[in-house]
Amino acid sequence: MNPYLAGIGLGLVLLAAYVVMGRGIGASGAFTSVVAAGVQTVAPAHAQASAFYKEYLPANTNPFKDWLVFEVAGVIVGGLISGMLAGRVKRTIDRGPNTTDSRRLVFAVVGGAIMGFGSKLARGCTSGQALTGGAVLSVGSWVFMLAVFASAYAVAYFVRRQWN
Amino acid sequence: MAPFYRFGLFGDDTSLLFAFIIGIGFGFFLERAGFGSSTKLAAQFYGRDLTVFKVMFTAIITAMLGLFWLGWAGIVDLSLVNILPTFLMPQLVGGLIFGVGFVMGGYCPGTSCVAAVTGKMDGWVHLIGMMAGILLFGELFPTLETFYASSSMGQTTLDGVLGVSYGTAVFSIVVLALAGFYLAEKIEQRFSSATASS
Repeated sequence: MNPYLAGIGLGLVLLAAYVVMGRGIGASGAFTSVVAAGVQTVAPAHAQASAFYKEYLPANTNPFKDWLVFEVAGVIVGGLISGMLAGRVKRTIDRGPNTTDSRRLVFAVVGGAIMGFGSKLARGCTSGQALTGGAVLSVGSWVFMLAVFASAYAVAYFVRRQWN
Repeated sequence: MAPFYRFGLFGDDTSLLFAFIIGIGFGFFLERAGFGSSTKLAAQFYGRDLTVFKVMFTAIITAMLGLFWLGWAGIVDLSLVNILPTFLMPQLVGGLIFGVGFVMGGYCPGTSCVAAVTGKMDGWVHLIGMMAGILLFGELFPTLETFYASSSMGQTTLDGVLGVSYGTAVFSIVVLALAGFYLAEKIEQRFSSATASS
């Protein structure tokens, strides 16, 4: 799809979230609910002692009965629908031409971990901060977005063999 | 009057249904944009494909203009719209860390979901890594808590900081985005002619 059309589509989805709910969209928050629920299952006392996990563990309901968890469930379904319609659902490892599958997976897991950590420090990710806060002119969201692009460009040279 | 939820038009259980529907739209357009592919996303940082920039900024100005106009028309009460609070330093440092993860892993949290469900093994592994990173943050939270709560500026917006009206800020961002799109097209053209001639 033309990138500007896809952008308008995403923008209208974000606008719908604001009009219907008065809030934006997100992604990393849903995975924080999963992590907090996992810690609660394995070490309940440890989870309850933490101000961070407790925020994702409501007292009387299931931690998965959460707006972002349902939204991300929708993201998975929507991504699958679009991928199936386009014939793009295929078991594969997406990588640059000059790297190996195993090296790509190591970079994916390490990159994912760094990103997960950063998203918590910043209180959100590209969806929950950059798009959501960007559209309502939040200063912190714009600072986050510019910082993401600046550091990704700065580091790109050092990982170029992954992608080129 | 909107936002509908804030005016009590429906309750928490129904809001989860809307969350699911909104998520479907979000995932659909992420996949349509080509963001189920790490090589496409990472190409942004090597100048050959600036789709990430184009999609993100088109989405931001679409939602921003929509809110501005709906607010102006009195359809959306903007005072009831959630403005994310600013914590300047943690968001700056968090963004710098996030960017390193983005160019290494090739996905952001939302796009890795779309990648995983369309069969990309690197997307699945990225999701596992992300949860490990969140767990690490959770375990280190007692140490990080002071920094995490530092430089709190509340609901600070660009128009407030720059001392201009909401409309002026919205208009300026649209102009900057359009200039950015023009530059992005030029950069892509230059890159494709450079590869064609080499």
